[in-house]
Amino acid sequence: MRKASLSPAARRRRAGLAWLSVAGLAGLAFWASAGVAQDSAAPDDEKTGGDTTVFATGHNAFSFPLANLPDEERTRFVIGNSFFKRNWVQAPSSTTARDGLGPHFIARSCGGCHVQDGRGAPPDFTRGLSEQPVGLLLRLSIPGKDAHGGPRPDPVYGDQFSNFAIQGVMPEGQISLRYETVHGKFADGTPYQLQKPRYGFSKLNYGAMAKDVMLSPRVAPQMAGVGLLEAIPEAEIVRNAQEQAALDGPVRGTVNQVWDAPTQQMRVGRFGWKANVATLAHQTGGAFLGDMGITSSFFPNETCTPAQKDCLAAPRGAQGKAPEIDEKTFNDVVFYESTLAPAARRNPGDAQVIQGQKLFAQAQCAACHRPSYVTGDIPFPRLGSKAAQGQTIWPYSDLLLHDMGEGLADGRPDFLANGRQWRTPPLWGLGLVPDVNGHNRLLHDGRARGALEAVLWHDGEAKASKDKVLQMNAKERAALVKFLESL
Amino acid sequence: MTPALKPVLIASLLALLAAPAMAQPAAAAPAAQATTAMAAVSAPAVAKHYAQLVQASYEDTLAGALTLQKAVQSFVAAPSDEGLKAARKAWLDAREFYGQTEAFRFYGGPIDDKNGPEGRINAWPMDESYVDYVKDAPDAGIINKRKTAISKKQLASLNERNGEENIATGWHAIEFLLWGQDLSTTGPGNRSFEDFVDGKKPNADRRRQYLQVVTELLVDDLRGLSKAWAPTATSYRAKFERGGMESVRKMFVGLGSLSRGELAGERLEVALASQDQEDEHSCFSDNTHRDVVANAKGIQNVWLGEYKRADGSTLTGASLRDLVAAKNPALADRTSQQIAASVAAAEGIQAPFDREIVGAKDAPGRLRVQKTIDSLVQQSKDLVEAANAAGITKLTLVKPK
Repeated sequence: MRKASLSPAARRRRAGLAWLSVAGLAGLAFWASAGVAQDSAAPDDEKTGGDTTVFATGHNAFSFPLANLPDEERTRFVIGNSFFKRNWVQAPSSTTARDGLGPHFIARSCGGCHVQDGRGAPPDFTRGLSEQPVGLLLRLSIPGKDAHGGPRPDPVYGDQFSNFAIQGVMPEGQISLRYETVHGKFADGTPYQLQKPRYGFSKLNYGAMAKDVMLSPRVAPQMAGVGLLEAIPEAEIVRNAQEQAALDGPVRGTVNQVWDAPTQQMRVGRFGWKANVATLAHQTGGAFLGDMGITSSFFPNETCTPAQKDCLAAPRGAQGKAPEIDEKTFNDVVFYESTLAPAARRNPGDAQVIQGQKLFAQAQCAACHRPSYVTGDIPFPRLGSKAAQGQTIWPYSDLLLHDMGEGLADGRPDFLANGRQWRTPPLWGLGLVPDVNGHNRLLHDGRARGALEAVLWHDGEAKASKDKVLQMNAKERAALVKFLESL
Repeated sequence: MTPALKPVLIASLLALLAAPAMAQPAAAAPAAQATTAMAAVSAPAVAKHYAQLVQASYEDTLAGALTLQKAVQSFVAAPSDEGLKAARKAWLDAREFYGQTEAFRFYGGPIDDKNGPEGRINAWPMDESYVDYVKDAPDAGIINKRKTAISKKQLASLNERNGEENIATGWHAIEFLLWGQDLSTTGPGNRSFEDFVDGKKPNADRRRQYLQVVTELLVDDLRGLSKAWAPTATSYRAKFERGGMESVRKMFVGLGSLSRGELAGERLEVALASQDQEDEHSCFSDNTHRDVVANAKGIQNVWLGEYKRADGSTLTGASLRDLVAAKNPALADRTSQQIAASVAAAEGIQAPFDREIVGAKDAPGRLRVQKTIDSLVQQSKDLVEAANAAGITKLTLVKPK
């Protein structure tokens, strides 16, 4: 991207500023009514997760337990971690504690996608390696709904494409990815380029997919702080939607209601790119099964479809009907995830960061990226720590679904989420992804190279906010990015 | 003379009174066990001496790795049983020093900032089938995939690719090549030198090449660390020495994180819980008992500002202990004692570690490992308290309410 010219259209900018000041006031009123401290320049502000916050940067920044985790729970944390990063192997094997991989799979371990508890990225084909994506997966479905109102899987390839398989079983095929360049301009004339992904399938080993198959790419998000997100009271998420509706503006977030296998009921969705999962336990069980081919008590059946005879015939990793991951190990992994700590902000008092914070507010970003909450009781005491309770946290998300426009749309519904809606992703930890994972790829499919590109993809309900960013000059844009990267 | 006598006097008084609640005016009490005649040490002095200690540690490690590299070069030039044994010995010797440097991790310094080589140097546990054949999988691993080029760049890029156990480089990849899988209950892995002889084992040429390349990469990375800590105007060290209390904070983060999360947690508690040698740090060579000692020693080095170099000389200077003692000598002493107890407990763990962790709750080996864990956990709490006493609260641990 080119540096912005320093001769912006002054007239247009004045008009913009007048608009912004009004919008800023509206924002304040909105949050005052929500009863949440929105003065994010408060003294304790760098403590992203209250007492749970770890002051960590560098490669391990996402891998520390909640700073206030009692010692007796730290043992469970490290044991859970050992299974989170462990490579599962093909059955039968001498290491029975971890066999059962596949038959189809995408990764051999949780850490395969969430490297260092961090964020996945699309494969980098510029490296000249024709590798298949691991930190990015493709969900599949056909029109209609399953028994719980969720997506209806492709009859042959199921609800997720598996590009790997154990020996003796065919992988489902290969994914190809190419980017188209999208050109745009800031108001000051500075051009920018975005990249829009196009996906394709090749070497489909079980024949054609359904003609009307829909696909949705999903990147593995970073793990730090997910237990605190789970401790946000459901009522707060619902209230976010009510208050946005009351404002009667373009921003009208909606709540997803999703099937939760562990509790066998419909719940408010809060995890996943479409808020299509309600609990960490469901997300974890779903990932063990869908991504690694490991059955658990909530997800007891392998994902082989009737057309996949080799998959159906492959050996199982467990004795008899027992799931491939036992309940204790499974619970330890969920406990581990839910006690990963958010890292403190870096340089919250920096002048440029503070300027960016103001611009963030003026552009109404906080309407959806709600800065803070006070956590309630953890919903599943056996799967989390009370250390997460009653903390003032700063995730910057309303956990609601929003129409984000055609450019980002996947066209694939997921429970109540339609094909244009995405959940507001939490912004905390965004600035540490390069430290931990060596990349800065953002959005659901990792298309954005850095925070500014992610902002420029905003459309639909977020169009007004994006337009305000387009009006910013180079210094303001830099300040906005600096603020986002301080989170 | 008075300034030198004063700390001794106060220390003796404290010992006599044994009054832990006694308030310590900050200026009145310099180091309880003053190693110099200086008044209270300053944060810059502590940071400066630490930097010196870090560089000395990496230099000694690098020297060890260069010796290993020589041994590897002669071994691959003409594989023999003696050659393999010599390389193994060089690996074991070098590890004594590397283990101590792990106290310099966890704060995003040169070892593990975003470009840091830690994952290339010492990642574990390793899925050995990622690199070479294993029992029941004779064609497994990069070595047996002839299409994959074996170069430093390629191996670095394959390391931890698509999984944290997909370890292609570093100490443990070398260890696996030198020892092989540990299939024995009484001893370490028993790879034959013939694995490296053409005609005796498939892809012996690639195995030789791999060992050579991966050792060279380790040497490169250690050289980079040594450089980062060299006393030059543009090095990381220069920045660190200017960092004052922020640098002291980093030192504490390193010690606390290694004590509790990594050593007590990942390396001991996990193994104790699973009783599985897969969870043993140096599982191929059965050298885990020494890894534990070296880590514990590394923490002690930083705390005391003392380091015994490879040539036998000892480096001493301003330390975290001194800094804490100026505020709370009793706490400084207690922390020193706890850290010493951890080193002693670690030295009590017997080889092979994979036998030590097996058995019932009261098995003597498990009790020895548990004793080390307990001491390290206590030490991590003491370190948090010590850091707080020095005015530092921004850590990765807080005292739970």
